[in-house]
Amino acid sequence: MNQKIFSAPYLLWMLLFTIIPLGLVVFFAFTDSNGAFTLENISKVGDYASTLFKSVWLAAVSTVICLLISYPFAYIISRKKDHQKRIMVMLVMLPMWMNFLLRTYAWMTLLEKNGLINKFFGLFGLGPFEMINTQGAVVLGMVYNYIPFMILPLYSVMLKIDPRVVEAAQDLGATPSQVLMKVLLPLSWPGISTGITMVFVPAVSTFIISRMLGGGANLLIGDLIDLQFVGNSYNPNLGAAISLVLMVIMLLCMSIFNQFEENEEAALL
Amino acid sequence: MGDNFIINLKNIVVDFDGERVLKGINLDIRDKEFVTFLGPSGCGKTTTLRIIGGFVEPTEGDIYFEGKKINGMPPHKRQVNTVFQRYALFPHLNVYENVAFGLRLKKMSEKEIKMKVSEAIDLVNMRGYESRSIHYLSGGQMQRVAIARAIVNRPKALLLDEPLGALDLKLRKEMQIELKKIQQSAEITFIYVTHDQEEALTMSDTVVVMKDGIIQQIGTPQDVYNEPTNAFVADFIGESNIIDGLMHRDYEVEFAGKIFKCVDKGFDEMERVEVVIRPEDIKISSVEDGAISGMVESVIFKGVHYEMIVDSFGSKWMIHSTMCEQVGTMIGMNINPEDIHIMKKSDSEE
Repeated sequence: MNQKIFSAPYLLWMLLFTIIPLGLVVFFAFTDSNGAFTLENISKVGDYASTLFKSVWLAAVSTVICLLISYPFAYIISRKKDHQKRIMVMLVMLPMWMNFLLRTYAWMTLLEKNGLINKFFGLFGLGPFEMINTQGAVVLGMVYNYIPFMILPLYSVMLKIDPRVVEAAQDLGATPSQVLMKVLLPLSWPGISTGITMVFVPAVSTFIISRMLGGGANLLIGDLIDLQFVGNSYNPNLGAAISLVLMVIMLLCMSIFNQFEENEEAALL
Repeated sequence: MGDNFIINLKNIVVDFDGERVLKGINLDIRDKEFVTFLGPSGCGKTTTLRIIGGFVEPTEGDIYFEGKKINGMPPHKRQVNTVFQRYALFPHLNVYENVAFGLRLKKMSEKEIKMKVSEAIDLVNMRGYESRSIHYLSGGQMQRVAIARAIVNRPKALLLDEPLGALDLKLRKEMQIELKKIQQSAEITFIYVTHDQEEALTMSDTVVVMKDGIIQQIGTPQDVYNEPTNAFVADFIGESNIIDGLMHRDYEVEFAGKIFKCVDKGFDEMERVEVVIRPEDIKISSVEDGAISGMVESVIFKGVHYEMIVDSFGSKWMIHSTMCEQVGTMIGMNINPEDIHIMKKSDSEE
């Protein structure tokens, strides 16, 4: 009974910073600037379907790239000696200690027309290449910023895989690719699903990366929402509506994904 | 059985991080025999097993399987299967799927898999557990599944790395007998690693005693127990009294201040030797009838016998006897010539 008191600060926090703002978003989404009920905002979101689709698409591409890079990398770290493990995990985390904006600015100067990379190619008479303000640059920014969130859950789940289980599979005749498909992937599945969630969700709603590396041509849904609140197309009602739709879409994505995950687990048992 | 060798190790040397863990292993393993690598931890027995399994590449030396050199062949291509220490079962698969793992890789028909798996599950007495998750198995049951998983593939040789180490004593004894039965009925070469000398003596056709990456002795359980080649083997296999002695001539050795008749020959005259006497081979008599006399220092009841420590002019003797003597009494001790084992003095103590 008394223990419930300890959860009070958390409940208050939830109320103040999650429940009430969420209520406000719903309220704004369904009202016009005079506070009257309307469905106009929601129906207007349809105009931005292509931006929404592009956001989901770029986030998905980034997530897949993160997974493809992180999976072998996390496996390799998990099989290293303890002190090497610590150093490599540190190196993964190190960029996260720097400011997010600063890191993204750094990529701007690297990718610019007169940036370091183009200057380097210029030495060989190549380029300059069009790198900044492309979708590729946005994907690069997402992968670079969010990859630790893929590596760390994969690494922690792979640490728990007994190396002898891998040896047992080889011993029973499994080729390296069969070891991957029949042992490593099923055993590391919890890490894969956590990693995908932790990369995909922030990547869909990012606005800094797309604005700084994507330029005006590659606005994502996050930028659109941002513009409705602080930009010159001030319209918090529309912003709230887009946010709400985005939230619903992400919930749908994740629940489909989780459904798949449960099926996978059921198949394994 | 004959001299039909299945595995030959020739001059195997292995270095780990600059440290030499195997120092020239030469070993021939016969087909369908039960071979045990026995030794204290760190002696290189598991490394030797892993070389046969393909998990460790020898730094030097060659390994032959049925006469063909298999250095560098990856584990999945070798015709041996391993029962790992602590089982290493697949945690995401149930008992049936664990056993079927190797067969599925061979793309066998579902019907054939079912038949072979159920045969293997019968062999290890696990019928009724097929759909059980391995998380709900006891140590002994996991062990059986691990054996079934390996044996279902009909390997030419089965490698077992301290498979009973995690089990309690009673279960271990039962499994020892079962393993031996399985080996005989399946007619497969078993290569078994253990640090438990009793386990080695109970199950093996051949025991390979190892220490510090060197083979100390290869022989039948009777050989290594009765005729240890050096003090290490004598000490490691069962308990024994190891005493400095002097070989006067063939069949005559001096130790504990007396000259004894023995059955060994082929030493130099007046060569310094080590004499091994098993505690159960010392006969207690009255002081007058004893070749050696001493005072009983301690008596411990061991179940079948009493273990007594007897002090004879400063040197301690261990005796196993069904009779109990009182602490503090003087007793005599006699030893039959055939129970006196003479060994060359080990180099390390020179």
